[in-house]
Amino acid sequence: MNTAINLIAHVGHHHEPFDITAIIMPVMLVATVVVGIIAIILLTIFKRWGWAIGIGKYIWGNWLTSLDPKKIGVMYIIVAVLMLLRGVSDAVMIRAQQALSTGDSSGVLSPDTFQQVFSAHGTIMIFFAAMGLMFGLINLVVPLLIGARDVAFPFLNSVSFWLFAAGAVMFNIPLLVGDFPATGWLAYPPLSGIEYSPGVGVDFWIWTLQIAGVGSLLSGINFLVTIFKMRAPGMTMMKMPVFVWSVLGALVLIAFAFPILTATLAMLSLDRTMGMHFFTSDFGGNPMMYINLIWAWGHPEVYILILPAFGVFSEVVATFSRKRLFGYTSMVWAIWGIVFLSFLVWLHHFFTMGAGADVNAFFGIMTAVIAVPTGVKVFNWLFTMFRGRITLSTPMMWFLGFVATFTVGGMAGVLMSVPAIDFQVHNSLFLVAHFHTMIIGGVLFGLFAGLTYWFPKIFGFRLNERLGKYAFWCWIVGFLTAFIPLYILGFMGATRRLDHYDASMGWQGLFIVAGVGVAIICLGIFFQLLQLGYSIWKRRENADLTGDPWNGRTLEWSVSSPAPEYNFAVIPTVHARDQFWVSKQSSAKPVKPRYTDISVPKNTPMGMFIAAAAFVIGFAIIWHVWIAALVGLIALIVLIIIRSLDEDTEKIITAAEVERIETAFLARKKQGQLA
Amino acid sequence: MSDSKVTFGFWVYLMTDCVLFASLFATYAVLHGNTFGGPPASELFSLPFVLIETLLLLTSSFTAGLALLAARRANKAQVITWLTITFLLGVAFLGMELNEFASLVHEGNSWQRSGFLSAFFTLVGTHGLHISVGLLWLMVLVAQIIRRGFTKSTVQRLAMFGLFWHFLDIVWIFIFTFVYLMGAI
Repeated sequence: MNTAINLIAHVGHHHEPFDITAIIMPVMLVATVVVGIIAIILLTIFKRWGWAIGIGKYIWGNWLTSLDPKKIGVMYIIVAVLMLLRGVSDAVMIRAQQALSTGDSSGVLSPDTFQQVFSAHGTIMIFFAAMGLMFGLINLVVPLLIGARDVAFPFLNSVSFWLFAAGAVMFNIPLLVGDFPATGWLAYPPLSGIEYSPGVGVDFWIWTLQIAGVGSLLSGINFLVTIFKMRAPGMTMMKMPVFVWSVLGALVLIAFAFPILTATLAMLSLDRTMGMHFFTSDFGGNPMMYINLIWAWGHPEVYILILPAFGVFSEVVATFSRKRLFGYTSMVWAIWGIVFLSFLVWLHHFFTMGAGADVNAFFGIMTAVIAVPTGVKVFNWLFTMFRGRITLSTPMMWFLGFVATFTVGGMAGVLMSVPAIDFQVHNSLFLVAHFHTMIIGGVLFGLFAGLTYWFPKIFGFRLNERLGKYAFWCWIVGFLTAFIPLYILGFMGATRRLDHYDASMGWQGLFIVAGVGVAIICLGIFFQLLQLGYSIWKRRENADLTGDPWNGRTLEWSVSSPAPEYNFAVIPTVHARDQFWVSKQSSAKPVKPRYTDISVPKNTPMGMFIAAAAFVIGFAIIWHVWIAALVGLIALIVLIIIRSLDEDTEKIITAAEVERIETAFLARKKQGQLA
Repeated sequence: MSDSKVTFGFWVYLMTDCVLFASLFATYAVLHGNTFGGPPASELFSLPFVLIETLLLLTSSFTAGLALLAARRANKAQVITWLTITFLLGVAFLGMELNEFASLVHEGNSWQRSGFLSAFFTLVGTHGLHISVGLLWLMVLVAQIIRRGFTKSTVQRLAMFGLFWHFLDIVWIFIFTFVYLMGAI
């Protein structure tokens, strides 16, 4: 595996002959080439090269090189949605395999491929779908919610995004060349060690996560500083919207947890490439050390994902109940309770390790206790709805779906926090059903609610409500159909990650039901894509002229939709929670503001280049091409130095330009209020 | 870019780096007895050697502080002198560390020998890697100060470099204590 030539040769003989990836890889390769050739031919025949170059320039100049967090947020979401679709296709394969592979049938996938598929599914869904949507949403709205024009370090933000994108690209490369890890989404050693996983799959996994993980860490630091240092005057901590509090909790967790991931992956990588013995089963290595470390990151990671979703619901429920959020202070304390406790529960992922009764009891109790602050939040949302004027819009539907499923899933979690019970259901489908309830019913529903809620602020028009509700119903019905059988199967003794089971188990019926559930979820995704397309088509009818389509409460609704590049022409002064709502209630006439020049960061492709260099380093190390890794490293250093020498990084939007944009918005607003 | 954002952001970064080192320290604590029949810490390290290393690094931290004080007085020649001394001390420290690594490997006690040695090389090596990055940063910083003098951004970067260098100093004190001193017992 020392040269690029071996790299190609490696592909040919790595898999068993009937393996589906052996078919997928050439098909993908041929398809990529064919599509490229067709595109070139079409462009030449119809003489549309000028047009294509124009589009390319627009995307390059307005998107890829942009440092505007709103645009970076949209790019995060595009990458995350593509990865979500990939993760769903993995899920469909898993369900198909388990529905069919019993008795004499071996299903549709070979055991090796099946292992790669479920490993890729978990990795993609957590690191790219959920994290990507979360960072996308944070980029879109956090500066707007705190009355800021930008993030603390706009360029660093671009670097973070491109590292994330580089990770996403890297994890899809095994579709063309190499293979995916077959070790589960957390790659436990010694299985993931070089002895039992000699291929490049685990290395792809390590470098994907290393690159994307550093991106997440940098982004976490960036937004932490943004929230602490860039709030509008008067917005004390206890006047921040609860979404911002939730994000802050997640960011603190990122700052504490992601370095552990970086260190752990580095050690696994050193084991594999340098012959070290951190996690090997001989030479004094300790595989359980890895499992402790990975969950010391992994459990906080769960809360990194769920806290922003909680924050979304706090905004959505208040807005659509036309009431201020019930129990603001207790919400804030609940967040910090969860942040603190989330570092004291990691061992519940491996009660069966045999740490002893006292240790298990401690972690079991801590796990049960974490349900208390979560329960506080659930009750606060319900009390916010109580006697509110509730509008059952799509974001609100996602909330109601969330509250029902999440509570059930949470109780399943409390059940498993009892070590004695955990021993019965450890590694079973009961567990799989539990965490999917939390991640789909909690995180994903929350992110969908947030995207629907803030969509008009970014794009200037609302999403179609009817199709959104169809999508919601498909998701909730599909989700329950897919996962209730897994709870039952778990109790019947079905363990996770089975590529085949004996017919006498009597499990097949339930597995088929679960497969039907995934089909219904796919229908929901179809409706979501349809909703997006239809809403773009009908964007003039659904245009948001007032900038405040939901009768909102927080600052982001005070500016135009889509929000201008500088967010706020005049930085608002905050006197109360829900400042925008309070302003709307007051009878004071708005004074004509005095506009000033605003400086915003200039576009730059350096973030993309830096991530590309990181990609080269990772890719070269995966294949042990040390020269290329060195070249990548030098490129990385040179790029960072070049950027650090550049002092001309800002451009000015003149006061006259700001006034023109704002006057146009006020005219639209008047028109919108009349209509 | 205002000062306080950069300073606060850099402190947060240092804290994340602190967690990274904490993970490596924890791993070392778990694995330090796992010698797998190879030599334990007490047979490997020469304390006087490491003490000189330590003194070099501590002195370099002191000279980095003097450079920052000279920058307050806007004395360019002094800043460059102190930074150059810092750089040379850092290089000497790194040279001694690499020398120690080379002799360990030469004696057949490389990172492949045992879990303990894997943890040792990784913990100390990660610190050395940070020192290397610091030295690279220092070179660019000196070049910038020579070319541009004391602008807002060069002074800011000098202050951040100081933080970084002191941080590495503190990490080294922990390495010296936990790995070398306690290893000698």
